[in-house]
Amino acid sequence: MVAAALAAPETQAGTALVIRDVSHEFDLHGRALPVLDRISLRTEPGEFVALLGPSGCGKSTLLRLVAGLEAPRAGRILVDGAPIAGPDPSRVVVFQDPTLYPWRTVWKNAALGLEARGTVRSQRDRVSEALEMVGLSGFARAYPHQLSGGMAQRAALARALVNDPSLLLLDEPLGKLDSMTRITMQAEIVRLWQRSGFSALLVTHDVEEALLMASRVVVLSDRPAQIKAIVPVDLAYPRHRGDPRLAELRREVLGLLGLEANW
Amino acid sequence: MFSAKQLQPAEAANQSISDEPLRPAAEPRVWTVGLLAAAAWLAAAALTDRWPDADDWERTGLLAELMAAIGVGLLLAAAAGGLFGARLTRLRRIGPWLIALAIVLAGWEVATAKLQLLPRPFFAPPQGLLEVFTDDWARLGDSVLHSLILLIGGYVIGAAAGFTTGVLIGWSSAAGYWVHPVLRLVGPLPATAWLPLAFFAFPTSGSASTFLVALATAFPVTVLTWSGVAGVNRAYYDVARTMGAGQRFLVLKVAIPAAMPSVFVGLFMGLGASFSVLVVAEMMGVKAGLGWYLQWAQGWAAYGNMYAALLVMALMCSGLITLLFRLRDRLLSWQKGLVQW
Repeated sequence: MVAAALAAPETQAGTALVIRDVSHEFDLHGRALPVLDRISLRTEPGEFVALLGPSGCGKSTLLRLVAGLEAPRAGRILVDGAPIAGPDPSRVVVFQDPTLYPWRTVWKNAALGLEARGTVRSQRDRVSEALEMVGLSGFARAYPHQLSGGMAQRAALARALVNDPSLLLLDEPLGKLDSMTRITMQAEIVRLWQRSGFSALLVTHDVEEALLMASRVVVLSDRPAQIKAIVPVDLAYPRHRGDPRLAELRREVLGLLGLEANW
Repeated sequence: MFSAKQLQPAEAANQSISDEPLRPAAEPRVWTVGLLAAAAWLAAAALTDRWPDADDWERTGLLAELMAAIGVGLLLAAAAGGLFGARLTRLRRIGPWLIALAIVLAGWEVATAKLQLLPRPFFAPPQGLLEVFTDDWARLGDSVLHSLILLIGGYVIGAAAGFTTGVLIGWSSAAGYWVHPVLRLVGPLPATAWLPLAFFAFPTSGSASTFLVALATAFPVTVLTWSGVAGVNRAYYDVARTMGAGQRFLVLKVAIPAAMPSVFVGLFMGLGASFSVLVVAEMMGVKAGLGWYLQWAQGWAAYGNMYAALLVMALMCSGLITLLFRLRDRLLSWQKGLVQW
């Protein structure tokens, strides 16, 4: 059983996501603070979609709703036609902070999902595989405090990939990294996405990052977030920062965000 | 790594120039501080032995012999250089302390046994303490054993109870609702205040004392475990939950390990509190243990015995704290910047 499961690579097609009229609000000192305003979005299996918006607009909240960490106040979210009931390992989040457990080695951090579901014994190879995919094989026994910011985020990525997600939720995963590490990891995430075939939903406030990585960019307004526009990025991978078409798209998106004058 | 030749003392290494860069340490070959320490101890020994006591003390000879033995040992260590390797480096670090110790001991000896400057019987000379260890070691050892049994029994029960309560109220708001007010009211009460009640409520003075030690331990352990669990980064739970973790996993594999640094602070505070309760319980109730020994010694005006028991108690408490630090260093090796005990 186990051998057979390992032999057949799980080239799971990504998830189709339907967000229908979702609104959400926070309670702030007894007052309702609206964060999402009737968001509707449909993604195809295997698509890489970026949610782009100003800081604090509510895009991370939308991601938490899709992850099932919170339930929306209004509207429905369907994954492959079924409503979301709660968190599920098929929809794993990579957060802005790596949030590795400091008391676990890199290997044990990556094995977290398997351990939580009690399958770590039979699937040890998956952990090593995932660490290899993100280039951390040599650091399996290191503790998080011994890693650089980029390495820690790679470890968090490996921890997510071990679960073989059909929808990878990326919540500004590169937001706190230095610019050089960022550039490398943008390319790496795209490469992993192309190789594994999962769907990806990336939250970011970096226009260039969204355009470099995603096949469609959803531009959100200030809080409460509404969808301003959906910009398809009709460029083949790997993309290049100097591409004139990318510059054109960037101008268009910055215009949508009201930043055209500052370009 | 090093050949026998390289580890040999100065002479051997000097024979060949090629050995020089490989010598492990750049420390001077003759340990000057060690020689001074040896001289101090030998001088203290001579003083103790040659200068007649003002009164009859049985163990003056033995004291002088012990001092001389330490002096000779230091002399050997100082002269033999690298022969002892790493162990000698540790000895080197305490060199100044060894000198100070010899001076203090000699001063104590002069002020008490030789000149009787300090009022007797409150101030016993060093040989008075030595006499306790040579003549009364059985009773002293028995007291240590009783103290340890009582302390460890109560401490383990208290720590376990405190830890469980702390996790429970940190995790479940229902448990917090009921336990928190009780903890707030009863927790700050010194455990010794329960003493009269405990001694008639429990069938034996031993079980009453165990309860008191456990009570003293449990309060800080509960509070710090609770605050540790309550203070766990929420994002740790989010991560585990998105990967399919259940409640059990969240408590055992996320909340508890994340709270461990705080739990250990509670364990230290609990250990300190348990020492003081132990002594009081032994003085008031149980007719055994170091607390009882102290009081018995005072009753007989045997001040030498009292100092000896205090010394033993200090060593015992310090040893237990060290043990707890070692345990923490092992379990929390993933932490940075741990305090060195």
